[in-house]
Amino acid sequence: MGLPNKPTWELLAEPDLSKVAVEEYNYDALIVGGGMAACGAAFEIGKWLPDGATCCMVDKASVERSGAVAQGLSAINTYIGENTPSDYVRMVRNDLMGIVREDLIFDLGRHVDDSVHHFEEWGLPIWKQKGDEGKKLTEGGKPVRTGKWQIMINGESYKCIVGEAAKAALEEKGYDLHERVFIVKLLLDANKENTIAGAVGFSTRENKVCIYKAKAIMVACGGAVNIFRPRSTDEGKGRAWYPVWNAGSTYAMCMQVGAEMTMMENRFTPSRFKDGYGPVGAWFLLFKATVTNGYGEHYVKSDAAKAELAKYKPYSESAVTPTCLRNHLMLFEMKEGRGPIFMDTAAALNAFLEQKKAEGMDEKALKKYWKELESEAWEDFLDMSVGQAGLWASMNIEPEKVGSEIMPTEPYMLGSHSGCCGIWVSGPSEDWVPDEYKWGYNRMTTVNGLFTAGDGVGASGHKFSSGAHSEGRIAAKSMARYIRDNADFAPSLKQSEEELKEEIYKPVKVYYENYQKTTHEMVNPNYIKPRHMMERLMKYTDEYGGGWSPYYMTNGKLLEIVMRHLQWLREDSEKMAAGGLHELLRAWENLHRIWTVEDHLRHIQFREESRYPGFYYRGDFMQVDDKGFDEGGWKCFVNSKYDPNSGEWTCMKKKCYQIIAD
Amino acid sequence: MPSFVNPEKCDGCKGGEKTACMYICPNDLMVLNPDEMKAYNQEPDQCWECYSCVKICPQGAIEVRHYADVAPMGGYVQPMRGTDSIMWTIKFRNGNVKRFKFPIRTTPEGSIKPYDGKPSPGADQLDSELLFTETADSARATCKPSDFA
Repeated sequence: MGLPNKPTWELLAEPDLSKVAVEEYNYDALIVGGGMAACGAAFEIGKWLPDGATCCMVDKASVERSGAVAQGLSAINTYIGENTPSDYVRMVRNDLMGIVREDLIFDLGRHVDDSVHHFEEWGLPIWKQKGDEGKKLTEGGKPVRTGKWQIMINGESYKCIVGEAAKAALEEKGYDLHERVFIVKLLLDANKENTIAGAVGFSTRENKVCIYKAKAIMVACGGAVNIFRPRSTDEGKGRAWYPVWNAGSTYAMCMQVGAEMTMMENRFTPSRFKDGYGPVGAWFLLFKATVTNGYGEHYVKSDAAKAELAKYKPYSESAVTPTCLRNHLMLFEMKEGRGPIFMDTAAALNAFLEQKKAEGMDEKALKKYWKELESEAWEDFLDMSVGQAGLWASMNIEPEKVGSEIMPTEPYMLGSHSGCCGIWVSGPSEDWVPDEYKWGYNRMTTVNGLFTAGDGVGASGHKFSSGAHSEGRIAAKSMARYIRDNADFAPSLKQSEEELKEEIYKPVKVYYENYQKTTHEMVNPNYIKPRHMMERLMKYTDEYGGGWSPYYMTNGKLLEIVMRHLQWLREDSEKMAAGGLHELLRAWENLHRIWTVEDHLRHIQFREESRYPGFYYRGDFMQVDDKGFDEGGWKCFVNSKYDPNSGEWTCMKKKCYQIIAD
Repeated sequence: MPSFVNPEKCDGCKGGEKTACMYICPNDLMVLNPDEMKAYNQEPDQCWECYSCVKICPQGAIEVRHYADVAPMGGYVQPMRGTDSIMWTIKFRNGNVKRFKFPIRTTPEGSIKPYDGKPSPGADQLDSELLFTETADSARATCKPSDFA
């Protein structure tokens, strides 16, 4: 047996750069990503680009199962239906503690249903109320609503269906699709200031660097996962709540070219079934389950809980308590020694049965009814979080007999679910939109020609899968407009082909120059493996940046320490080493993670209050300061900008406008 | 709960152009060893348990062993995915078994024609905020906050 100082990857990376192919492409429009937003863009853009225009979608995975919806979903969480876009804005604004871009949310609200109608047309089964089975939404079929905004689906193949439509649209228009190419860096134009000109990445299947020139680029490759120490740190760290392959690429790549970011202090720390991270929405909304503390008390109704909530008026007074404050109450119980928190699944399911019995349902019908109920409960997991079903099976949990623990997870960064970090983009060019919110092209970032959608767009949460798709469509149309207006623009890159190849393959060079200098490839003073880079990042963000182990608490002093570690991590990232193509993927992902977290913590440093109690706390500024921008308070956006020329970072306040009345 | 491959069933997709699990894995984990003609999960602690590889494997060679650092042994969840529905078998640690079947789509795979019967708006519509499918019926899509005041 040989010494373990050799790469063991199946697909080895090529250290001899002369053997690494380079492919150059030139497109009008480039779509980076393959999830819901990118698929929306692929569907829309072909109808707006002129004949003869070119377009390519680049996905680091396979469109059939990529992005956050890869596994499927059991519900569509944004369907406006009988509600109004204004009410949608009110809900999002309150859940996100007041600071949101109402123009973007309203805009999304008026378009989102059209995407949902198309999902159904393409083949997604949407649950209908009794009597309306088989009737499509567009034919007046009434969906099964679990809440005001959510509808239930049989969503195992949700992404396969939406992906198939996107691929078919690209094909019909003669556009390209590059799968298994990981875009890692955006490229600014050599001549035109602050203007996007291209992107560069590599194939994870063969030794090949791909350089793209494009007039307009949409970057939509999800949020950020595995950026804080997960609660399960060995195999279980794969069981992240959000998709584990979301590495902050959207944020990092856009900020590196100078795109202004917004609300990057926001994070999402969902409370989910412990360890399996199965969804809780259906349990709360469909099955009307309640949560108790370890002593079986409905703690949310306690005087202590009410007193806690009173600190966070007016947000806590809403009929639906904001997500972060629900977490806050849970943490309060746990810290007071009254944990763990349980979802009382047994009481909820049995209440349904008791009700039917009371209504006089006979034994046989009751049995059938129970079968349906049980099936619905398990489908909720099997459609989108199979691991939770596996964990229940492993622990002999039958939900009708025993409750299950609920636990706030490690923090995630995202802009499409119940979080709102992301990039500062233009809203629609309409009269009702404040001037500071619009600069010509809807969903364009502050970099000319660079667009984003889904998790990429900041200060506009609660889009979910359907909203991400329609936002991709909005951005795509806008790209077509930008391309028309800049028809003469010929992108030119600052870097040569060779320079880009060297930069992309640097971790491979570092590895092969050093791997035989010790007898074990994992322990080598000349380099750091991507795996260790990620573990180090997660250790320090957790301990100093308000991860789960200090109950999401940080302060100015702790942040100073973590910023120092981030600086070291960035310096050491120059010594990341990759022996295989898969490891090269991980190296670049982790660089994206580091940048994303750095911006996150810079924002937390800048915002001297605790705006999202339950998601994170500044121990030195525990209050929510609801004075507005003009009064010097914190009810305003925090934006940040990295200057690609000077390498300097600045944070600033931006005024938040209320467009929709209370 | 990382995926694992049963070497007796895996045939490496017969060395065809596409190894199914390698093609589908969203996290680039499944990979074919061409010498053995067997696939494996190259980074089990980054497995999301999304079951994409399990569902797509033509040989039924892929299963999932629940996360070693989280789950007591013996639980088992296995799907059989057809063209319009999926069957799940759930085996509990104590031996109990449950089976469920759910619909997955209402149209045949590969049948989507996204632009059939859809509007093709002219270039004059490019400056509006309407998506292409909304150009036929734009009531909702053109609304403003003042409409709901």
